[in-house]
Amino acid sequence: MIFSLAIWILALPLMMFLFLGLAGHKLKPATAGILGTAGLGVVALLSYTVAAVYFFGPSREGGLQPEVLFSFDWLHFTDQLQVKLGFLLDPISAMMLVVVSTVSFAVHLYSNGYMHGERGFQRFYAFLSLFTFSMMGLVVATNIFQMYIFWELVGVSSYLLIGFYYEKPSAILASKKAFIVTRFADLGFLIGILVLSYYAQTFDFITLTSLEGPVIGHPVGATFLGVSVLTWALVLIFMGGAGKSAMFPLHIWLPDAMEGPTPVSALIHAATMVVAGVYLVARLFPVYVLAAPDALMVVAYTGGFTALFAAVIACTQNDIKRVLAFSTMSQLGYMMLALGVSGYGGHDGLGFMASMFHLFTHAMFKALLFLGAGAIIHAVHSNFMTDMGGLRKHLPITHITFLLACLAIAGIPPLSGFFSKDEILVAAFHSNKLLFFVAYAVSGITAFYMFRLYYNIFWGVRREYPHPPHEAPLSMSLPLMILAAATIFAGFIPFAQLVTSDGQPFEIHTEWVVAVPAVLIGLTGILVATLMYKSEKTLPDRVAAFFGPLYRWASRKFYFDELYMFITKRILFNKVSSPVAWFDRHIVDGFMNLLAYLAQRSSFLIRGLQSGHIQGYVFVFVLGAVLLSAYMLLFVTL
Amino acid sequence: MMETIQSFMTAMMNSVSEIFASADLTRPTWSKWIFMALAGVILLGSVLTVTSRRILRAATFLFFTLLATAGLYLLLEYEFLAAVQLTVYAGGILVVIVFSILLTSHISYRFDPPPVWRVLGGLVAAGSGLLLTICVLVLTVFPKGVAAPAPDMQQVGNALLGQDVHGYVLPFEVISILLLACMIGAIVVARKSREPEASQPDKTE
Amino acid sequence: MDVPVHFFLMLSAAMFFIGVFGFIIRRNMITLLMAVELMLNAVNINFVVFNRFLYPDYFEGFFFALFAIAIAAAETSVAIAIIINVYRKIRSIEADDVAEMKH
Repeated sequence: MIFSLAIWILALPLMMFLFLGLAGHKLKPATAGILGTAGLGVVALLSYTVAAVYFFGPSREGGLQPEVLFSFDWLHFTDQLQVKLGFLLDPISAMMLVVVSTVSFAVHLYSNGYMHGERGFQRFYAFLSLFTFSMMGLVVATNIFQMYIFWELVGVSSYLLIGFYYEKPSAILASKKAFIVTRFADLGFLIGILVLSYYAQTFDFITLTSLEGPVIGHPVGATFLGVSVLTWALVLIFMGGAGKSAMFPLHIWLPDAMEGPTPVSALIHAATMVVAGVYLVARLFPVYVLAAPDALMVVAYTGGFTALFAAVIACTQNDIKRVLAFSTMSQLGYMMLALGVSGYGGHDGLGFMASMFHLFTHAMFKALLFLGAGAIIHAVHSNFMTDMGGLRKHLPITHITFLLACLAIAGIPPLSGFFSKDEILVAAFHSNKLLFFVAYAVSGITAFYMFRLYYNIFWGVRREYPHPPHEAPLSMSLPLMILAAATIFAGFIPFAQLVTSDGQPFEIHTEWVVAVPAVLIGLTGILVATLMYKSEKTLPDRVAAFFGPLYRWASRKFYFDELYMFITKRILFNKVSSPVAWFDRHIVDGFMNLLAYLAQRSSFLIRGLQSGHIQGYVFVFVLGAVLLSAYMLLFVTL
Repeated sequence: MMETIQSFMTAMMNSVSEIFASADLTRPTWSKWIFMALAGVILLGSVLTVTSRRILRAATFLFFTLLATAGLYLLLEYEFLAAVQLTVYAGGILVVIVFSILLTSHISYRFDPPPVWRVLGGLVAAGSGLLLTICVLVLTVFPKGVAAPAPDMQQVGNALLGQDVHGYVLPFEVISILLLACMIGAIVVARKSREPEASQPDKTE
Repeated sequence: MDVPVHFFLMLSAAMFFIGVFGFIIRRNMITLLMAVELMLNAVNINFVVFNRFLYPDYFEGFFFALFAIAIAAAETSVAIAIIINVYRKIRSIEADDVAEMKH
């Protein structure tokens, strides 16, 4: 009953996009903003209702089973192979509905204040609606092809929003970079889809992940380079997910994507779109864990490495949004790691649950951090923490909410980050000791760089600002408070009862042997940061000097951008693309030009035949008739 | 090849001499004289029609050609056709043509002589066609026509409105409808449009 | 009739090809029309001659010539109307100047 309203979760943002996109410039900016926010409010309410009915409704008995609310044929290839568009409701998609609508609503509300007076305000809201629509479509996809379609749509809206300030060259470069890198990753995704669906003869998630289904129940025997085809397919699919979720080595677009407006960074590049990769792996999780554990190992190690790698870089960045971007990468790596170390079913599926749990809490506190950063940038008109300091007096609400989020991400109880992180650590502890220690290290580094950020912004030197910073307006501080509340209380949601790998609830119990050291490590990180950055000291510089080349490497993001530029520009462009382009321009195009030239020449030759001069026609006609008659008379009749 | 041409030439010569023998020019009659006179007028008139550089003169030569054609019909004892030729062609069509000439051309206007390549082209096309036709004509032997009495007007009238095998009432009606349609069409096409274009300056002036 | 049929036919052939010649060398549309009249006339003579010499008991050729004259009249009236209309639009009756029908 309530599920019949679910289609409006998709339809409303789409209609809003079309309306604001087509007619937005006729509206007053304020009207467009209120309209967009109100629409998203309705969507959020619908999503909450649908999720609540799903989780706590009558279908509770015997575990949460996936439900397809509606589905229609879009492309009909064969009887087995069809592309459908539909609405799949299962624990993770219901959870994602809540996450996406909450963050999206907060961002819509926040943008009323943040983007006030910007050119293209209506366009901004149109794109936000487009993004919300695509993201909702992605999470409720019933099949991998629908997911791919919406996957590209979120890519497009991300591209549009990163390049929102299209007069800024750096924004354009960043948007192109994000698009190209994720497109490259999506190539792998697409090949993976094709391979998987070729062997499974289906796109449908429920069939794919069912234990008796064609993939898990009867795995195919074909192999390629000694590895089963299924593993290849899943690794390729993970490649798409890694691109979207900025996993190493496809991470280079995310820091640059911070060129977009800050609410966009909060919505797309912290809370929702970048977790699509994690969501994708989670969506296919039974396939990964039961049919291709090798692919899952790839996921785990990629996640673990990215978590550590990004955390180290985050310690050296000065642009606050970039610090948050690397932090996002690091946390996404955490989620991947958790998925990678997870087993299937019951308590074995702890990692899966923890990953989803962390996704949920991270969305809340990372969105909060970004929106807080937006408020700070709004007040200071700079992205760099060297331009900040002593802001806690000026921005009290932002200060408190930011501090809460920092504590949460550092894993300090009783904030939400503690619970989700703890589950990840427990899962890693029981499965892979190496990754467990990586996770521990990352946890400490995370606490350090977050508090480095915090102290540099709110404490440290007290500066004289040309314009005295002032607290953000209510439209901006309200979302901060909403998300802060979510940050505090999200940890108490009994995730193990709701979102599990096989839909069956299980009990979790805190393992103090893991939790206490984790908290201590977090506290240590905070303490170090406090010593170094609370008041102005030379200690940070000395530490930086102590690490020397390592610090320089990390602050230049380990030169990965330069490496990619070298590979693409020097090697690919010069050695591969230029010859191919030459071949295309001179041989392929040349052949076509030759044909065109010949056609043109011959037309010049014969165009006199149709001159429009009737005397010419008569001449030819009479002569032709005479010749034909002569021929007939001489050779046919006589 | 040579033999073929030789045999062809021989056949031609034989046919031509046969034709002239049948014409029996040694015994001239009135009809032969009249035919020659008419043929001379027709050929001369035709050539002058297409070669004259003054268009009104061309129309006048065409008039003489048409008159001579009417004379041919009379010679063949088709008086009715000759009358139609005179009234419709010489009287109607030519008057329309002369009117249009006077409406569109200045009276003293002379055409530029056509370019040589054009004249050559015309000569080649027309000449080769004429040659071929005459060859075929000469080599063709027609059955000797029986000397039939000339048809009288009653026969013609009956046939024109007759409904039997040799009756022409249906084509007659179709032609009348066609003429009506052409009349309407001509009026519609030539009608002056309402906007005052006639005030445009004349290029030829 | 003591003139052989060949002479009539050759006369009409000559008339026809003189018309063709005139059509090819002239550019004035009225002259073209006159050349066409010549050709039509030649054809008429053919019809009449064949009828009179070969099938004198019937009137097929006779009536064909008669109808051809009527149709020639119709054709001429329409052609003259078009020529005058063209002249009114572009102030010229040279066939080469009528490069396009829209003005």
